[in-house]
Amino acid sequence: MEDLMVGINLLAILYISWFVDWALKQKKSKAWLFSGLVLIMLAVLITLPYYGPTYSYIMLTGILMYLILTVSWSIFSGPTGYISLAPAAFFGVGIYTSAILGKEFPVLIVVLFGGLLSVALAAFVGAITLRLRGIYFIVFTFGLVLLIISVLLWYEIKFTGTRGRFIVAAENDMIYYIMLGIMVLLFITGYLIKRSKYGLALQTIGQNEEAAAHMGINVNAVKIAVFAITSIFMGMAGAIMAMRWTYLDPYSAFDVFRSFLPVLMAIFGGMKRFYGPVLGAVILAFLEEKLLTEFPYYYKLSFGIVLILVIIYLPDGLVGLVEKFTRRIQGVKRAGA
Amino acid sequence: MERFLDVTVAGLMLGGLYALIAMGMSLQYGVARVFNIAHGEFIMLGAMTTYTLFTVFHVSPLLAVAICGPLAFVLGYVIHRLMFRKLQISAPSQGVFESSSMLASFGLMFVIQNLALLIWGPEIRQYSYMTQTFSILGAQFGLRRLVTLVFAVGIGAVFYLFLARTRIGKAIRAAGQDASIAGLMGVNINWVLALCFGLGAAMAGAAGVLISMCYPDSAIMGQEYLTVAIIVVVLGGLGSIPGSFIGGFALGIIGSIVAFWDTGLVMAAFYAIFVILLLVRPKGILGK
Repeated sequence: MEDLMVGINLLAILYISWFVDWALKQKKSKAWLFSGLVLIMLAVLITLPYYGPTYSYIMLTGILMYLILTVSWSIFSGPTGYISLAPAAFFGVGIYTSAILGKEFPVLIVVLFGGLLSVALAAFVGAITLRLRGIYFIVFTFGLVLLIISVLLWYEIKFTGTRGRFIVAAENDMIYYIMLGIMVLLFITGYLIKRSKYGLALQTIGQNEEAAAHMGINVNAVKIAVFAITSIFMGMAGAIMAMRWTYLDPYSAFDVFRSFLPVLMAIFGGMKRFYGPVLGAVILAFLEEKLLTEFPYYYKLSFGIVLILVIIYLPDGLVGLVEKFTRRIQGVKRAGA
Repeated sequence: MERFLDVTVAGLMLGGLYALIAMGMSLQYGVARVFNIAHGEFIMLGAMTTYTLFTVFHVSPLLAVAICGPLAFVLGYVIHRLMFRKLQISAPSQGVFESSSMLASFGLMFVIQNLALLIWGPEIRQYSYMTQTFSILGAQFGLRRLVTLVFAVGIGAVFYLFLARTRIGKAIRAAGQDASIAGLMGVNINWVLALCFGLGAAMAGAAGVLISMCYPDSAIMGQEYLTVAIIVVVLGGLGSIPGSFIGGFALGIIGSIVAFWDTGLVMAAFYAIFVILLLVRPKGILGK
């Protein structure tokens, strides 16, 4: 029953992301043809706590968390090819914001503040890593997460005497609504970035950074700005998710796995289209919610195998597969006509 | 003076292991162009296999080096042939291959680690072997640590001679400079790249055996050594094998100096060095 509810809502999310992708392709703003359906889908998502069992929206919150990490990761890293392993850092900053400010401030302010702190960190990281490319950028962002963990652990044990912290919990439906709100904001931001000249600039940077600079794109400004803007969603997601977990320590807040998963989910879904990362995140996060607690080793084992197979045989992810099929069907139609 | 010696020798012993781990990774990246995130898992496989060999079959860990090294080599060779070769053919450019092979090695890490968890379970294990101590100028050291240092330096030296003096070594060096041109000059490039990946895995396996003699092991130990390997490889210069050798010892000594001051800060210091180095001199100490 819960699975059915979750499944329906996931389809609603997929439809919305497909709609964003479709809207991106339209030349003029005729895009509002399908918008009525989008409103219905949003209504389905918003009313879930009224008709679904509690567990269904708790589970959907977990899936939304991965979806937000994956989509915001892919807005920057997809077109530019800069593979950032820093999502765990931005997410963790959000979690710690929640731990420190959660007692005194209302939830929305804490979430917003978590996002803004992530932006500050991302802007700083972006500014100092301008010269790093390829493998150096990947390794740097990976090292950054580990540096934060070990400094924080040392600080906590030395000065507060304990490893972890408690967080003031929030209501489940409240967490769900805020998560949903972050997703909607993220989709709108993703649409605006891709539609604007900055989206094209990002693609140019990915294809040839020198050429982009010569064409008059302020490469550094675009990279830092988009990197920072997309990190706000990771920070906000961390801040709100922390209120569900209630207890955390540096290792669980800055779990390195949360840096890898968005990358894997985005590649699995395929980054050529807007709905690709959403598709990847929805499928893998749903499986994770179902299988991780019961068969952790088999889950991660098959996860690894699928990842390797996708990278070798499906470099464009599921989107590539879908496009191949639609092209084949359209080809058949044309041949018949 | 005694303290100074204590810190330096402890650092050197740790550094030997770090150097061995990092040399393997450096070889895999420098020649085969695979930044192998699963490197730590080969170390873990070496350590856990040695544990099983020692506790079940009573095989001496020193003999296990001769078993685990070749086994890891075969595993690495086959993996390169099955996975990375395919990726290399389909990748449009070297940069794309480096990113995609790194991501594929993430997958490999999940596969090996969770297979090991299914076989050995998550418990931390340790066995005791060669527990005698010896003293230099009044400072006490475990004999097994000295043995690991000798082995690490020995393997490093043999490998250096192999690279510098043999025909295959020359082919590897040529492939490290430019794989496609080396191929045009008559080097059997597919074989050499797979060989390098296998040799890197063999070094990780051997390092795992030595680590299991001194430290506790578990199926998830790979990540810890992976991060050390990445730091050393960056410190020495990505792809530079002598750089990794020197970098390993440098990091070992830095680690033991910081540990002398505050044990909790060792990892933080490593990562700080790593992050600062990447920003200031990403080529590392011996990079071109």
